[in-house]
Amino acid sequence: MSHSAQPTTSPSGPEVVSVSPHSDKVRTVRVVRPPREDSSFLPATLKGLSITVKHFFKNVLTKSEVETIQYPEEKKPYPARNRGLHRLMQREDGTVRCVACMCCPTVCPANCITIIPAETTDARVEKYPAVFEIDELRCVVCGLCVEACPCDAIRMDTGLHAPAVEERASGVIDKDTMLGMGSRSIAVQGGVGPGWRAK
Amino acid sequence: MEANKTWVDWLFWVLDSAAFKWFFLIFLLVMPLASLLTWAERRQSAMMQDRLGPNRANIGPIRLWGILHFVADALKMISKEDFVPEKAHRVLFTLAPILALAPVLIAFAIIPFGPTIYPHELHHVIDLRVATNATHAVSMQVYSVEFGLLFYFAILTLANYGSTIAGWASYNKFALLGGLRASSQMMSYEVAMGLSLMGVFLVMGTLEPGSMVLWQGPNPLHWGWAVQPFALILFFTAAIAETKRAPFDLPEGEPEIIGYFVEYSGMRFGMFFLAEFIEIVFLSAVMSSVFFGGWQFPFLYADGFHFAGWVVFMPHWAVVLIQFMTFGGKVVFFCWLQLAIRWTLPRFRPDQLMGLGWKRLLPLSLLNVMVTALIVWLLWWWGARDLQPPM
Repeated sequence: MSHSAQPTTSPSGPEVVSVSPHSDKVRTVRVVRPPREDSSFLPATLKGLSITVKHFFKNVLTKSEVETIQYPEEKKPYPARNRGLHRLMQREDGTVRCVACMCCPTVCPANCITIIPAETTDARVEKYPAVFEIDELRCVVCGLCVEACPCDAIRMDTGLHAPAVEERASGVIDKDTMLGMGSRSIAVQGGVGPGWRAK
Repeated sequence: MEANKTWVDWLFWVLDSAAFKWFFLIFLLVMPLASLLTWAERRQSAMMQDRLGPNRANIGPIRLWGILHFVADALKMISKEDFVPEKAHRVLFTLAPILALAPVLIAFAIIPFGPTIYPHELHHVIDLRVATNATHAVSMQVYSVEFGLLFYFAILTLANYGSTIAGWASYNKFALLGGLRASSQMMSYEVAMGLSLMGVFLVMGTLEPGSMVLWQGPNPLHWGWAVQPFALILFFTAAIAETKRAPFDLPEGEPEIIGYFVEYSGMRFGMFFLAEFIEIVFLSAVMSSVFFGGWQFPFLYADGFHFAGWVVFMPHWAVVLIQFMTFGGKVVFFCWLQLAIRWTLPRFRPDQLMGLGWKRLLPLSLLNVMVTALIVWLLWWWGARDLQPPM
């Protein structure tokens, strides 16, 4: 590398003014020091203080920029698609819409859904869940059960959190509780049952 | 006169005793203010950062913006486990928080926290032309002594041992390093702090805070900030470093560079914590006494307001009340300012800290002393004899 009087800049590090002809490790560089008024810290301190004190007085007098939400008294509404505690939807007559097809316990990544199916006398459906329990402590709130459900029987739109419990067993919510939170679905439950064969 | 002392005389005798005044000052003024500062700091930092801060501690319906948080804190600290590391030096471990707290409480003795009260004149307007009967004066200063500020430096240096011993006695390498940082920082800044007040000493001719307040008088343009503006900045910077708070909180940066009281829990930690806040109050008191006229209210003399030829006479009790509240207000303002600075500036690096202390503050305070000495000498030469110490 030849000795160069032209200043060259390297992408990182200080500006190189000249390089020695004997070794390119021996270089003259220009060190940029902070200006004297910055290194005294005083103007920066006053500038910073003016910002913080401005915020202080604005918030003390008007609370106009306070972002805090006073939680138990004041709640931020959840977005519409928030996934909360599960509920089971009802038919017109108030019975559970679930037909115990076992789609949701199959897809559940946390294995938190327990369904024990039983036969029903209703001609249109073959099965109903005799037991439908969800362990809310195991639930990862992924919403796959809702996606998997073919008959709009399970939803997570309650907006509620999993309740705080003192024993693990209390974290399991049963069918009646979930059905109690449910409402009638307007979705048409498909088919007319095994009776179509008779036509 | 001596034979028939009334109960009023006895009352004043009790009020004038140093022990009573110290008790009154510490337990009725300083401790409540320092305790409230633990809450105020969190509330103020929250407000500066667009948050609300702790506002929920309450006793039944009494909530008061959460002021009672300091009570909750105290209860928590008292009821926590008193843990001492197995290999810690038990005696020194116990002694360290006391050594951190006691010096500040002692140093308060030199603070003139109010004007001299003449109890028998409370309902009269003080006549400035007649010498008041000084035998019945109650001085609002525990320890009025000619070497006042030197006493402050001497006593507060002892607080250094508190931090260093805490670090050493904990048997913890991080605590030891924190203690070393604390001692090096406090040693470095004491030099600049002492020298910055030397300029004030040269101008006012006294080291006694009470006399300094009297020298400054009720005219704000004659106060310490006007006659020694550089000393004010230098002293304030060095004194914030002495209290070991941000931006100079290297001895104990809680989240990352673990400090000297890492092994302390419960009320032992509480004592370090309280000592820090009492130091804030003390520094505010020194700042207002030396640089901002102490208990002097602008243009308020002992007999009332004098302003541009206008005179409003006031009884002694009203003047005393205003001056007490003035001192309180100044102290609260400087506490507020210190909290604002603490939540505005990021922490210094150790090399920046030492560089600021030894390469900036020390030469500047020496320069300040020399220039001040020169000016005082020239003024004296030209006949301004009132700058000299009163003989």
